[in-house]
Amino acid sequence: MFDTLSDKLQGVFSGLRGRGKLTEADIDKAMRAIRLSLLEADVSLPVVKQLTNAIAERAHGAEVMTSLTPDQQVVKIVNEELANLMGSASVNMPVSPRPPTVILMSGLQGSGKTTCSAKLARHYQQQGRAPMLVACDVHRPAAAEQLSVLGGQLGIPVHREDGVTDAIGIAQRGIAAAKASVRDLVIVDTAGRTVIDEAMMAELVGVRDAIHPTAVVLVLDSMTGQTAVEVAQAFQDAVQFDGVILTKLDGDARGGAALSVRAVTGRPIYFVGTGEKIDALEPFHPDRMASRILGMGDVLTLIERAEQNVDVDTAKDLEKKMLGGGLTLEDFLDQLRQIRKMGPIGQLLGMVPGFKNAMKGRDLQVDDRQLDRLEAIISSMTPNERRRPETINGSRRQRIARGSGTSVQEVNQLLAQFKQMRKMMKRIGKGGLPPMPPALGT
Amino acid sequence: MSEAGDDRARWAELFNIAPPPDQAEQESRRRGLFSRFKESLTRPRQAISPQLAGVFAPGLITRDTWDELEEALIAADCGVDAALALVDELREEAQQGRIVNRSEIAAGLAAAVTHQMAPEPPTIPLGGAPTVILVVGVNGSGKTTTVGKLAHRLSDLGQQVVIGAADTFRAAAIDQLAIWADRSGAQLVRQGPGADPGAVAFDAVAAGTARGADVVLIDTAGRLQTQHNLMEELRKVHAVVGKANPAAPHETLLVLDATTGQNGLSQARLFGDAVPLTGVIVTKLDGSAKGGIAVAINRELGIPVKLIGVGEKLEDLQPFDAAVYAQAIFDVGDGA
Repeated sequence: MFDTLSDKLQGVFSGLRGRGKLTEADIDKAMRAIRLSLLEADVSLPVVKQLTNAIAERAHGAEVMTSLTPDQQVVKIVNEELANLMGSASVNMPVSPRPPTVILMSGLQGSGKTTCSAKLARHYQQQGRAPMLVACDVHRPAAAEQLSVLGGQLGIPVHREDGVTDAIGIAQRGIAAAKASVRDLVIVDTAGRTVIDEAMMAELVGVRDAIHPTAVVLVLDSMTGQTAVEVAQAFQDAVQFDGVILTKLDGDARGGAALSVRAVTGRPIYFVGTGEKIDALEPFHPDRMASRILGMGDVLTLIERAEQNVDVDTAKDLEKKMLGGGLTLEDFLDQLRQIRKMGPIGQLLGMVPGFKNAMKGRDLQVDDRQLDRLEAIISSMTPNERRRPETINGSRRQRIARGSGTSVQEVNQLLAQFKQMRKMMKRIGKGGLPPMPPALGT
Repeated sequence: MSEAGDDRARWAELFNIAPPPDQAEQESRRRGLFSRFKESLTRPRQAISPQLAGVFAPGLITRDTWDELEEALIAADCGVDAALALVDELREEAQQGRIVNRSEIAAGLAAAVTHQMAPEPPTIPLGGAPTVILVVGVNGSGKTTTVGKLAHRLSDLGQQVVIGAADTFRAAAIDQLAIWADRSGAQLVRQGPGADPGAVAFDAVAAGTARGADVVLIDTAGRLQTQHNLMEELRKVHAVVGKANPAAPHETLLVLDATTGQNGLSQARLFGDAVPLTGVIVTKLDGSAKGGIAVAINRELGIPVKLIGVGEKLEDLQPFDAAVYAQAIFDVGDGA
C-alpha cells in the first residue's frame, strides 16, 4: 500500500522530532518531502510550487527556527496553508429565489455526473424539495435509461426524450415540464466531454445559455491527476462553473485535484461523493479536508453520521442497560445495525484519528461480511434466547449454527464474547475501570 | 493501402489472426496512427509544451534542463519515481557523451520509454475456443464503451463474439451494453439487474463455448480498488470463469482513465492482487490527459499496455504502439 500524504508528512516530522532546533538544511529537507508528497497526492505542479513557497517562507521564519517543537510548527503551517487554499468555510449550493432552482451538471466522461445528479436530487428531496431530473446526455448509450432507473428508485420524475439528439431542446422542455408540474429544483445531467472537443463544449455552452442555470457544477473525479488544472480552467473558460462536486472520494485517492481546482479557479467544492450507494453524498468541509490530508482523522464527519443515524433516547436506554449488566443480545443486534447504518465499517474506522497509522503494516480487513455473520447468528436465535443467552444449550447452538449458515464454533465464540462484554460493562457500571485479571499479579 | 484496410490490418496483427503486413505497409500504418494519435494528443499544447519547449530548445544541456525535464514528466502524470528514473537514465547518456544537445533529449526520452514499455507490438492472441477476455476497472474508466468497441473490431474481423454483461450493479449498464452488442452484431448474455455477476460470467463462457464463439468479452461493474468486498466479488468472477473453462480468462485487462493521477498505481496493484492482470487499456487519451501513469505502472509492475483509446469514435480505440505513444506523449515530433 502507498504512504498517504499524511503518513509521508508524519514521516518527515518524526525524523525532525526531538532534535531541538532546526537548521536551514532540515527545513529544506522537509520542504522537499512536502513537495513530493503533494505531487504524489496529485496536486498540480504549479499549485505545489505556490504552496511550498508559501510554506517555506514561513518555515524559515523565527516561529519555527527557534521553536522547541519545530515539527509541530511546520505541521501547523502546512495545515494553515492547506486550509487557506481550500477556503475556510463550507459553501452551499445557491438556491434561486424564484423557483425552480436549476442545476447544470458538467464534467469529463466517467467523472460520475449521472450518479451525482441522482445523489443530489435525493439530497434535496430529503430536505423537503421537489426535484426533477433532466436527461440531456444524448451521446452515451443508455445514459437516459440510467437516470430513469435511479430516478425511479427515488420516486423522482425524470424528463427524457428518446431518439432526440438536441440536448438544448431537451433541457428547455425539461425545465418547462418542471415548471408545469411545480417542481422547485431541476437537475440537468449532460454528456461527458473532453475539454478539447470544441463541438461538445459548444453544446454545453448552448445548454447553459438556453436555460440560465442557478448554478453550473463541475463534477470532478478525485483520482484526477495533473490534468485537473487544465480541465478546471477549460470548463471555467467555457461555462464559468460555480462550484465543484468531488466524486469517488471513498477510494484511496489522495484527492490533490481538489486543491488544484480550488487554487486555479477559486471555486468552492459543494459536495463530495463517498460511496456506491445513492445516499453517499456529503457536504464538503474544507477544514476537514485539510485535517484529513494531514492525517488527523475526520472525527467531525464521524460524529455527524452518528447523530444522523443514532436515536438519542434509545442510546440513553441502552447505556443504562449496559452499565446495569442487563444488556441482551437483542440490544446488541440493534446497536450493531445502527452502527452499520453509518457506513461501511472500514470507512468509519478510517475516520478515527491515528487509526490508519496504528494499523499500518498490519493486514486488517474489517470485513462487513463478518458483521453479516454476527447478525445472521443473532437473527437465528429465538427472542427468548436473545434475552437470556445463558439458556442456549448444545442442541440450540447446533440449530442456530444451521439456521445462520455458520458453525457451532462461531456461535460459541459470539456467546463467549458477549458474556465477557456484559461482565465488563457491569464492572464499569459499578464504578471504576475493570480490575486487572488476578492471574497477572500473582 | 486504404485507411480502413490499414486499420483492419493493425487489429488483425493485435489478435494474431492474419499474416502481418509487409514492412512498407507497417511503416505507413505507423505513420498513419502516429499522426492521428499525435493530432489528438497535441491539440491543446499548453499542458506540457511550455515546459518541454524549454527542455528541447536548441542549446547545450544545463543543470536546469534536468529539473525542467523532471517537471515535464511529472506534469504528464508519470509520477515522481518514474520521472526521476527516466531523468537519471538520460543524464547517464549525457555523461557518456551520447547526448550533447538539448534537441537530442527528445529522441533519447522516446527511446527510453519505448524500450521500457514494449519494443515489440503487444498481442492478444486468439484461439482459446473461445478466448475469454475479462475487463475490469474503477467506476467511470470506460469499461463498457471499451467492451463495445472491442466487440465491434472483432466482429469486423469475422470473429464470432459473445458479450457477458456482468455489470449487474450500475443502473442501465446492461442496456448500454445491449446497444453496443446490437451495433456490432455480437451476442449478449445477460441476466437482470442485481444478478450474481459470477453467474453471468459463467453463463457467457458456457454460451460462447456451446455456440462455438471465437471470443467472449466480459464486462464487469466498476469498483474502487479499496472496496474489499467488491474486490472479493471480482476475484470470484475470475475464479468462476476458470471453472467454465480452465484456461480462462485468457486476458484480464485493466481499463485505466488517462486523466488518472498517481492513484492509477494503486489501481493496478490492488486489481492485480485480486485478479492477475495481463494488460492495461488506457482510455480518454485526448491530448489534455497524457496518461503518463501508464509509464509508471509499466515500470513498477511490468504490466504492458495493450490498447489505447484516443477519443470517443469507434476508430479511436487502437492497439498500443510504444514508439508512437512515447513520441506523442512528450510531443517530440515524427523523428524516430
